[in-house]
Amino acid sequence: MSIVSSVSDDGKELVISIQGRFDFSAHQDFRNSYEALTVQPSHYRVDMDETTYLDSSALGMLLLLRDHAGGNTASIEIINCSSDVKKILTISNFEQLFTIH
Amino acid sequence: MAEQGVLKVLIADDTDSDRLILESIVKREGHSVVCARDGLEAVELFKSSAPDIVLLDALMPRLDGLGAAKQIKELAGDELVPVIFLTSLTDTDSLVKCLEAGGDDFLSKPYNRFIIQAKIKAFKRMREMHVTLHRQRDEIVLHNEHLLQEQTVAKQVFDNIAHSGCLDAANVKYLLSPLAVFNGDVLVAGIRPSGSMMVLLGDFTGHGLPAAIGAMPLATSFYGMVQKGFSLVDVLREINQKLKSILPIGVFCCACIVDMDFVKRRIKVWNGGLPDCYLYREKTGEIETVRSTHLPLGVSDDKDFRDDCVYLEMDLGDRFFMWSDGIVESRNHEGGMYGEQRLQRVFERNDASAQLFDEIIEDVHSYSGEACRDDDLSLLELKMVEPHQVLASADALSGHVSTGLMEWVLDFKIKPSTFRLFDPLPLLLNILVEVPGLRRHSGSLYTILAELYSNALEHGVLGLSSEWKETPEGFARYYAERNKRLGELEDGFVSFHLSHNTMDDGGSLLIRVGDSGEGFSHADKLNNEHKTDGYCGRGIPLIRTLCESLRYIDSGSQVEAIFSWSNDE
Repeated sequence: MSIVSSVSDDGKELVISIQGRFDFSAHQDFRNSYEALTVQPSHYRVDMDETTYLDSSALGMLLLLRDHAGGNTASIEIINCSSDVKKILTISNFEQLFTIH
Repeated sequence: MAEQGVLKVLIADDTDSDRLILESIVKREGHSVVCARDGLEAVELFKSSAPDIVLLDALMPRLDGLGAAKQIKELAGDELVPVIFLTSLTDTDSLVKCLEAGGDDFLSKPYNRFIIQAKIKAFKRMREMHVTLHRQRDEIVLHNEHLLQEQTVAKQVFDNIAHSGCLDAANVKYLLSPLAVFNGDVLVAGIRPSGSMMVLLGDFTGHGLPAAIGAMPLATSFYGMVQKGFSLVDVLREINQKLKSILPIGVFCCACIVDMDFVKRRIKVWNGGLPDCYLYREKTGEIETVRSTHLPLGVSDDKDFRDDCVYLEMDLGDRFFMWSDGIVESRNHEGGMYGEQRLQRVFERNDASAQLFDEIIEDVHSYSGEACRDDDLSLLELKMVEPHQVLASADALSGHVSTGLMEWVLDFKIKPSTFRLFDPLPLLLNILVEVPGLRRHSGSLYTILAELYSNALEHGVLGLSSEWKETPEGFARYYAERNKRLGELEDGFVSFHLSHNTMDDGGSLLIRVGDSGEGFSHADKLNNEHKTDGYCGRGIPLIRTLCESLRYIDSGSQVEAIFSWSNDE
């Protein structure tokens, strides 16, 4: 598991990439990736291109991010999901809370 | 040429004065000289002292220049020894004769020192060029021998891997050129434990070694997995992923893979980049085609890989044809292409389906004539037959029927010292994906195991309460506390009991996870709906959706989930 994040030049977008398994062990790194920023981005992207599996604590972490980014007004995209990852997100009705690609 | 730039020059002239003049001119250039007084002596000297250049007087006693030139040229063989005639003759006829006798040039008497020097230099250059040319030719011959030898060895290795299958089964006819692997064509066939026959015809881009390299991992994956009973889609995905990771961009494998079920009498087809396959109906003589609807193997990532297949019912005697593009793209002398229409006409003309295979080959050959050397022709026919007709031959060929993990039970218990350092999930998942049928569910299985394990560990063994996770701060505290308690833990365990059974059309996996905790009142827990607020409580609804059943046992310190899968998913 490793988390890599990058902010766009204008500071408006944050991309968080999760590699490997997304579970509780990613919690600290995942949180740091958005809490440590001095300027709040207006848009978030969670890149799951290299995410192999996720569990329910990962779902909790995504929700933490969503509340941090403004809850119902948050603009968060989850991109590059594999079919396995997408299945888990869909079962938990996450498409109602996030834009999933 | 003993020393750099120094030549040994043979001078043959019966006139002493001429010979002496010539000798001194040549020597002044720094070359060494041997002298003969007639043709015979010149030939003898040529044999004994092997000069680099020969200067021959045309008219000499005993043997004249023309005769000597012939013998010297013969003795020199492959080596270029320039022969220059020295002559006072000026008529065209005589000069032509000199050159025809094997002379390379002539010098007119009386001698001009500068012309002699220039000519010797020119011939020296030519000689050097000739030597280089010969050396390079020998090198090329050597390299070519080497290459052919390497190809033979490579082919042997490949044959051992690729032809361990059932290509010789009674219902299979195929044509594949002897060195097909170096054309990038590959054909593998195996019988699954269930009795169905899986066949893959592939055509790698390019020719030669680069095209052959991908055939190895393809064949090993194919045979390894087919024997264990993995499904067509599992095999496809594995091969695609492997090729994608090892082949350079631009090298890929157009392929068609089929799984032929002799009991249900149907065939499952996936075509990625090969020409249309034909299903020939024995009763009506009609053809149904299966068009390529996918990208070739080795192009897309596993995530983007599309594995939907076409199913076709087949009656006894129906035949399924696959081919590489070598058939329709066969060319005749005029450069015309054989084309699909000609292929269809072969089917229309046919009146005995057993002959179809041979008629196709014959028709392609007679079209392309001599130009066609079978190099690029790969053709395969699969006939629907009674199961016993295939299995009898397959058993005899393979000698064993491997079934992979079918029915088994695994008990696994983790103690405190292990909790801290070791995550058991990858290990358990690795075992589960060795079960044919479970592999394609690895994502769901991971989630199920992960949920059950973290519940048992965090709530059961460590006694953490998920109520903490209601707030972001609590979420962090929860996991900080998890680490702390894990470090202090001295007693406790989590146990896994996995048990797998296969049925005709699939199987079921029972997962029972227990822990050393006190349990909890679980009566309402199972009825939790999927929720959209709060940071926790999603695990159980998730498992309930993924599994066929989920129940707590006794005090709640044991939970049992049943995951079912079917072959046709």
